[in-house]
Amino acid sequence: MNGSPHISARPLSTVPLPVLAVLIASLVIQVCWSYAQPRAAATAESLPDAPDTELLRLHSLGEPDTLAKILMLWLQAFDNQPGVSIPFARLDYARVINWLDALLDLDSRFQYPLLSASRVYTQTPNDAGTQQMLEFVHRRFLEDPDRRWPWMAHGVYVAKHRIKDLQLALKYANSLSLNVSSEAAPRWVTQMEIFVLEDLGEIESARIIIGGLLASGRLAGNDNELRFLKNRLALLEQEISL
Amino acid sequence: MLTIAYFTLLEAIRCRLLIAVIAVVAAAFGLAELLGELSITETRQAQASITASLLRVFSICATCLFVISSALRERDDKGLELILSLPLPRHAYLLGKTAGFAGFSLCAAILAALPLFLYAPAVAVGCWMLSLFCEQLLLAAFSLLCLLAFGNISLAFTSVMAFYLLSRSMEALRLLSATPVLVSDANSQVFMNFLVNALALLLPDLHTFTRSEWLAYGVDAGAVGAVLIQTLVYLPVLLSAGLFDLYRKNL
Repeated sequence: MNGSPHISARPLSTVPLPVLAVLIASLVIQVCWSYAQPRAAATAESLPDAPDTELLRLHSLGEPDTLAKILMLWLQAFDNQPGVSIPFARLDYARVINWLDALLDLDSRFQYPLLSASRVYTQTPNDAGTQQMLEFVHRRFLEDPDRRWPWMAHGVYVAKHRIKDLQLALKYANSLSLNVSSEAAPRWVTQMEIFVLEDLGEIESARIIIGGLLASGRLAGNDNELRFLKNRLALLEQEISL
Repeated sequence: MLTIAYFTLLEAIRCRLLIAVIAVVAAAFGLAELLGELSITETRQAQASITASLLRVFSICATCLFVISSALRERDDKGLELILSLPLPRHAYLLGKTAGFAGFSLCAAILAALPLFLYAPAVAVGCWMLSLFCEQLLLAAFSLLCLLAFGNISLAFTSVMAFYLLSRSMEALRLLSATPVLVSDANSQVFMNFLVNALALLLPDLHTFTRSEWLAYGVDAGAVGAVLIQTLVYLPVLLSAGLFDLYRKNL
């Protein structure tokens, strides 16, 4: 109230009562009006088509990574609703994937779209939708395996335990073992294939992979891991001999 | 009061602001025609929608800057002190200034709507124009309030833009705060949710104003009615807050 250096504030009593009354009454009316307005509801149907990435880049005013983050939060509001399974089942997954693709194109280091795809959107009871999401994760994982392996690893889990498609899980696990080369990635990531093969009854293949891993010397210095895999190998050989 | 309104409007004309509005509207028309050449389908909708959104942003910014700069100049030239020293009720000054700014807003809204008549139905453009006028009126009243309160152009304009952006994005913020990905009972989340809802109650629903989709897909009478009611509800809040501040100013 004292913004002007020339004019100081007078006491509250100088404000005429009608002005105060109008101020209070109009504020109350505003709050009531605002409260009475219907609340916006996020609906799965209203998700529009993803625009072209170049168009989004143009709208980002030189800050595509910021726009990607804002749009990700916006996209999230369409599906992250109470009663999650119903909206997810109604979502157009092809359209969601287009959006996630566009966001990753805007900011290739952005992990949020892949997290959403592998951990959130795969929660749908619709197996076809889950498979679509996993394919998306796999496709984008191949572009930058050393950075994006966590989401593919979760994809193996989803394929194996949620939709129980062992062949799909094997495909992703194989892709992980072939493509992830970063030292920062834990070794179990590249060993997932072994366990999926075991579940598939492909004991011989699992044995060969473990044998190869032990012979490669990549586990040098990890005694516990070596011991675990050797035990596993012994068990597999026992199963084969039976 | 009418004299103050007249001179305020005259100031807008003399400082060539209306000419600037005409120039921008002409440029927007040129852009719309270019878009018409580029667009393969739904040409009219694209022209109307893009031109309308550009003109809306320009009109709002022009109005706010005009209100702030006009009121600031009056204060710096001691015009405000002169007027307050006259045997004139203070509410007459504020209402007169607001009426003058409303006159400018009406002119700007009409000018902005003119090219749109070529691309969208007249009724839809009329509703869009009315809504733009209401939006400008609210922003003009808020700009005046900010300048009276802060007496500083940077602070006033920043506050007005923050108010505008917050009001327009409040629906999205509300959705985001109501449905976080990680649901928790953490105090911070409860507090943020409360804060967003409380702010939403105090801010006008500007996201429902002047929607370009009206021009492309038709307008709903209920939506325009809600805009008018919101303006009638919120304008007294801003004016009485401005009066509250003005009555407390001392010479």
